[in-house]
Amino acid sequence: MIRFDYSRPSGVNEAVQAGAGAQVAYLAGGTNLVDLMKENVARPLHVVDINRLPLDAIEEMDGGGLRLGALVTNADTAYDERVQRRYPLLSSAILAGASPQLRNAATNGGNLNQRTRCYYFYDVDTPCNKRNPGEGCGAIGGVNRIHAILGTSDHCIATHPSDMCVALAALNADIHVTGPAGERVIPIGEYHRLPGDEPWRDNTLKTGELVTAIDLPAEDFASHYTYLKLRDRLSYAFALVSVAVAMRIEDGAITEARVALGGVAHKPWRSPSAEELLVGEAPGDAIFATVAGAILEGAQGQGDNDFKIDLARRAIVRALHQAANGTPQSQTDKRIA
Amino acid sequence: MNAPAKVGIGTPLSRVDGTEKVTGTAKYAAEYNVPDLLYGVAVSSRIAKGRITALDEEAARAVPGVVDIVSHRNRPKQAWLDRSWKDELSIPGEPFKAFHDEQILFAGQPIAVVIAETFEAARFAASLVEVSYTEEAHNIDFEASLAEKFTPSHLKRRNNYHPPKNRGNADAAFKAANLTVEGEYHLATEHHNPMEMHASTVEWHGDGSITVFDKIQGPQGDQAYLASAFGLGKKNVRVVNSYVGGAFGSGLRPQWQVQLAVMAAIHLERSVRVVMTRAQMFTHAHRPECSYSIKLGAEHNGKLSAMINSATTSTSRFESNMEDIVVWGMMNYDCPNASGEYFIAPRDTYTSADMRAPGAATGMTLFEIAVDEMAYKAKVDPLDLRLLNYSNVDAMNETPFTSKALREAYREGAERFGWEKRTPQPRSMKEGRELIGWGVATGMWDAQFSKTAARAVLTDDGRLEVASAASDIGTGTYTVMVQVAADTLGITPEHIRAKLGDSDLPTAPVEGGSWGAASTGAAVQLACQSVAKQLLKAAEKIEGKPLHGANSIDDLVFADGAIALKTDPSRIVTITDVMKAAGLDRIEVEETASPGISGMISMMRKSRNTHSAIFCEVRVDEELNQVRVTRVVNAVAAGRIINPKTARSQILGGVVMGIGMALHEETFGDRQLGRWMNHNYAEYHVPAHADVEDIEVIFVDEPDPEVTPLGVKGLGEIGIVGTAAAVANAIYHATGKRVRALPITIDKLLDAEPDVA
Repeated sequence: MIRFDYSRPSGVNEAVQAGAGAQVAYLAGGTNLVDLMKENVARPLHVVDINRLPLDAIEEMDGGGLRLGALVTNADTAYDERVQRRYPLLSSAILAGASPQLRNAATNGGNLNQRTRCYYFYDVDTPCNKRNPGEGCGAIGGVNRIHAILGTSDHCIATHPSDMCVALAALNADIHVTGPAGERVIPIGEYHRLPGDEPWRDNTLKTGELVTAIDLPAEDFASHYTYLKLRDRLSYAFALVSVAVAMRIEDGAITEARVALGGVAHKPWRSPSAEELLVGEAPGDAIFATVAGAILEGAQGQGDNDFKIDLARRAIVRALHQAANGTPQSQTDKRIA
Repeated sequence: MNAPAKVGIGTPLSRVDGTEKVTGTAKYAAEYNVPDLLYGVAVSSRIAKGRITALDEEAARAVPGVVDIVSHRNRPKQAWLDRSWKDELSIPGEPFKAFHDEQILFAGQPIAVVIAETFEAARFAASLVEVSYTEEAHNIDFEASLAEKFTPSHLKRRNNYHPPKNRGNADAAFKAANLTVEGEYHLATEHHNPMEMHASTVEWHGDGSITVFDKIQGPQGDQAYLASAFGLGKKNVRVVNSYVGGAFGSGLRPQWQVQLAVMAAIHLERSVRVVMTRAQMFTHAHRPECSYSIKLGAEHNGKLSAMINSATTSTSRFESNMEDIVVWGMMNYDCPNASGEYFIAPRDTYTSADMRAPGAATGMTLFEIAVDEMAYKAKVDPLDLRLLNYSNVDAMNETPFTSKALREAYREGAERFGWEKRTPQPRSMKEGRELIGWGVATGMWDAQFSKTAARAVLTDDGRLEVASAASDIGTGTYTVMVQVAADTLGITPEHIRAKLGDSDLPTAPVEGGSWGAASTGAAVQLACQSVAKQLLKAAEKIEGKPLHGANSIDDLVFADGAIALKTDPSRIVTITDVMKAAGLDRIEVEETASPGISGMISMMRKSRNTHSAIFCEVRVDEELNQVRVTRVVNAVAAGRIINPKTARSQILGGVVMGIGMALHEETFGDRQLGRWMNHNYAEYHVPAHADVEDIEVIFVDEPDPEVTPLGVKGLGEIGIVGTAAAVANAIYHATGKRVRALPITIDKLLDAEPDVA
């Protein structure tokens, strides 16, 4: 671990000022950053501890939405009565991830910014374009069972590991950030990015920008939703494939549906044109299979992870059924609904 | 006086070290804060094979707090001859000698250790050491290594390797068989991954002697090894391993961190601690990868007529690790024609090592999948097929067993599981979207006994201390020692203290092979019996001679701190009164339990094994192929059970590890880089709580006074053997998909087609 300066501001503006320099990292729950520092992957020279910032509340918004403070823990978010009642998809996705201990420490802002679990990214003795731009990608042609099948580039095939963000993508959340140039709002779909030629950039945050809140719009997806996660053991593992579905059905026909995938790309994956196919349709195997095919159009395996394409197809169909039937996946009963 | 109460052999005594462990007062190797301690962090090789050409230490040495950097360039003197590096369980070849020269033999090899006044400074500085290499071609891919497989000659085999003994004519019988099964079975590389990282704290006493607090499964073997390898002399090395946070075999042989810590201590004449990182835990011991070709022939009814076995396991380039893979099926089944061959294949990794039930956990498990396939071929219930081919004797060595209650294990396990409700067809049991499968398998392991000494010290306050240089790797040795002592002398466990994990204590072997309870238990019993004899003698000095008439301790009952005549329990005296009357303030004895001549003869003439029958239920989502292991019954025949509570825990742990072998555990190697990639707990998967549901353990009655002095067979390993096969066989019954390569991950099930309609 490299020696670093440490500061603990109490206000957002003060924090953003402290975060303006080069090689600065904001520290919240520390469940990912500290690990990365121990592995010499993250090498900040200045750590700004933001845990005293007043960003730890869940608040009602005008118009019926809910604002999640960046420092509210994942556990407090998942078990918040309002979140459970109005955004059960988010609650379910959070509870599908990590362990109770980690969720008690991890924050919402930190979850957004957690980094890939690619083996090569984590091992400084191997090449990784995300860690060391230009070094090459060890995972391409290497061990890539857990890697991406959508939106990859020749430089990076890493996935985003979050469960929470997959739900946020389906819920069209807005991310509030404050930076040297002031405040702005980034729609979740534009927050994370594909690796392209700059795989070291996980998201569209500018230098020094700090996530302050996540807004959940007032939309009713509390009846037809699910978060279905498939992994290499039944708990405490990152997704091989996960599917978040938020759906509305009126008079037997789907009026709106959103499908977001985790574990398959550098960002939570959505395909609005594929989702559009569901509108006006009655739930059924045939249309769900068509939609799954459309979402996965262009999916490409890397060898070890070829199976993810078939697994994702099956998982999408099942998740759509779960949502349509109003039988969301339980995160405690591991039987798949 | 009330009727004497006794906490003896057979009672479910809770762990005597439980409170210390859960309150954090039990000290592990990295927790001894000796004065003026320095901290060492290893620099690991980036490459898999080649030579170090340059070591740039400038930036590292400039870090405040760094004291020195030890590497092949400045290390203290090491023994030159390989035989000076032999450890208690060493295997043929050249033992790994850290910092010996500039050669790199495997990725992650320690090439320097940065020593600093703080751990943080050492760790940071270690990241700044710049190493230059010339790389050489390497291979860690097992499939590719098979081209170089060989069978070591007689003189180059491990001592405890048992070559298969062929019988009949297996090839001809296989050709003539009515039914055949032929398959290639595979087990992935697994790493032990005990919770506690390998760690050594070396205390430098300044007089040429050291105390080493080490993570090791045998303190005296470690002591001899360190004394020899670094020319210290045995009297100058004391090894302490009071608590070991799991090992599973990774601590049978001294690992490289102790080499680094001792070299640094000698070099600097200071106390030094070295702890491996979790990633570095993937740079040494691991269960070998295995490829196992099995051909079975049978008559129409499923009676086996031919078994042809050929297996290969992985080893390193520098040592020839061998396991007993192909012998288990040949021993266990009545089949007139059987043959086996065994190879090892070298690759550029550290040497593979014993991991919980080495050989059997791999070989018996894979063989039991093939046996299951034959049951379907013959259209015979898999349990019935095993009973049809049941052997009352060790079928390979043609020797009787001291005992074998496997038939009872099958029966009791099947009853408890409800096996008779099973429908034979694959995919015939279903609930909702889940296919349900029931599978069975057999487990088999050795029941060994190893020469062990123990000391017993009884003081006139009625307290007893029993001591032996045994180890407790989480298995319950402390508790067994207390319990056997309580049983023998009738002293309450609260008044007994067990000491172990110290090379200064009476001689004991390394903790492994499931021989600990039988061996240490026998030694403690012998020492306590010796104390009892002295008490009997001393009792003669009591007025009225209450124990008069007893010719030996067999005529006495020891219970509740008192001694009574068997024939007349009213003639009773307390142990403390006996000692006071005889003017004794302490009785101290040391005894050694060893097989003796009759035992040696018995060992030659009879096979000694534990057996088990494992029944498993899985539920597999029909579309998504997610597997849940919902029920396991493991019925174990392991002789006498000293403590049903800790015994059950042993089997539960074995079953959980077996579930991991079936579904999760696999280390992935990058062929180009020659290194293991998923070297952390997040990506190397073992079962989580959600993966473990209902497990039931049954111990069947198996009296066996011949196997070991206490009639104990040992339980550390039998729980894992065959468990993964029961899971794999249940998955087949559920899905009709036969996956022959463990672990059975979701991708393998997705890709497999059911072989039934």
